[in-house]
Amino acid sequence: MSEWWTYKLYDFLLFTPHTYYRLFELYNAAIWPAQVPAICLGLAILPLARRGGGKLPRLIAGVLAACWLFVGIAFHAARYATINWAAVYFAWAFGIEAALLLWMSVTRGLSFGLADPAARAGMGVFLFALVVEPLVGPLFGRGWRQVELFGVAPDPTAIGTLGILLLASARRRWVLMIVPTLWCAVTGATLFAMKAPDFWIPPLSAALAVALAGWQSSSAARRRPAGQGEARAV
Amino acid sequence: MRQTDTLSRRAFLASLAAAGAAAVLRPPRAAAYPGPAAASPEPIQTRAIPSSGEKLPLVGLGSWGTFNVGEDVAARNSCADVMRAFFAEGGRLIDSSPMYGSSQEVIGYGLAKLGHPRELFSADKVWISSGAKGPEQIAQSQKLWGITRFDLLQVHNLVAWEEHLETLFAMKKAGKLRYVGITTSHGRRHEDIEAVMRAQPIDFVQVTYNVLDREVEERILPLARERKIAVICNRPFRRGELIRRVEGAKLPAYAAEIDCASWPQVLLKFIVSHPAVCCAIPATSRVDHVRENVGASYGRMPDEALRRRIAAEVEKL
Repeated sequence: MSEWWTYKLYDFLLFTPHTYYRLFELYNAAIWPAQVPAICLGLAILPLARRGGGKLPRLIAGVLAACWLFVGIAFHAARYATINWAAVYFAWAFGIEAALLLWMSVTRGLSFGLADPAARAGMGVFLFALVVEPLVGPLFGRGWRQVELFGVAPDPTAIGTLGILLLASARRRWVLMIVPTLWCAVTGATLFAMKAPDFWIPPLSAALAVALAGWQSSSAARRRPAGQGEARAV
Repeated sequence: MRQTDTLSRRAFLASLAAAGAAAVLRPPRAAAYPGPAAASPEPIQTRAIPSSGEKLPLVGLGSWGTFNVGEDVAARNSCADVMRAFFAEGGRLIDSSPMYGSSQEVIGYGLAKLGHPRELFSADKVWISSGAKGPEQIAQSQKLWGITRFDLLQVHNLVAWEEHLETLFAMKKAGKLRYVGITTSHGRRHEDIEAVMRAQPIDFVQVTYNVLDREVEERILPLARERKIAVICNRPFRRGELIRRVEGAKLPAYAAEIDCASWPQVLLKFIVSHPAVCCAIPATSRVDHVRENVGASYGRMPDEALRRRIAAEVEKL
């Protein structure tokens, strides 16, 4: 498509809103009961991330990696790609995020347990992705069978990951925030093109998470004595 | 693409019911228009493809968005129902593209389910930046449709048009294709389209033309007549925007004079009444809408004065 720049956002919407939400309905039915362990893992991650220490960071990164890999394969590659040729690229992006998380898990690149105001806000972002976001669709008149859940659907998985990363220290977490933030922008644009009333939720969540992470980094830099670099994972 | 119920649609459905009752009470010609093709005393209106003289009904069926339903079997069956109604009403041309997600595959599913209707005029596109990969994509498209030869292949949005046109002309010469065309939409690259129309022996050009997007009236439609090129009009409802625009507006009295029972039919007749236009290709996922759309191929058409009036009125809404 050599003239891609001549297209508007709306032109990239290849499907109707009905088809898009029906995709989630069929997806949820096909992967059942995978939603149950996904919710359980989500519920387990938050207290683990608050506590931090020991092998918990590796476990959290590993669980998140599994979620991203599952969504990349089961949703993007196997389902979304049937109505959107760009979903193949989304699947790769989710695979890359899973690989990065796995790498962080193996190399102990992350540590959790931050308890500053931004970290507390991160907990709120994660809880929003886990509990509130699945309710958004039904609140706007969509069916319960089309519900989007953390760990199996892309939007709550991306938002939840950004929330959890606010509880993590280490400079390398910025690398992990790239794909979720980009996804929130892409899905926000898709929902906007579909005239979905909740289109603003993913991009606003991502913007909030990135702003809070920036505030955390600048606060940490101010606290460090002059001439001392940022410590490796706390 | 029309997704939502509107007042005018309810009026249209009510008029269909009224037409059914009138058919019992009065002679067919006195019944409110439109009715199913089988019950219509008039043949569907057609326009000749200038390069061959072959005639096509004035309203075809687009597949952008509406037929991209993936592997949803229920939705695929609904699309097959739309195709069944389209052919039953007298329609022939179905248009798609490799760009439209699963639309080609869904069309193939519908055609197989309907036993590959002989009336089909298959129009697809080649849409790949590599000219060398064009034949491979065309073969894949044929496979998805479940056919061995397309009636019309168009270079989608002028992507690698020089190389693809070479391929398409060679296919036509070899008897593997009947017609060659190019497309654009949203008013893009009209100067390039004009240049191709002047320089290449194409049979079809597909452009955006509707009651509000009338730029093609200035140069492209006259040029198409001069060069004997058939014109297919995409985005007849601006992907539903025009339907929403006229929603709630009272159907003007002149609609009855051109045998229109709804605003969508008025909007379609505005397009297909232009003498340079071969057909319009509205997309829909609903049987009642496809019947309504093809209904615009029947009955009287607006003259130039009424066409200007329709455009002016819709602009004011």
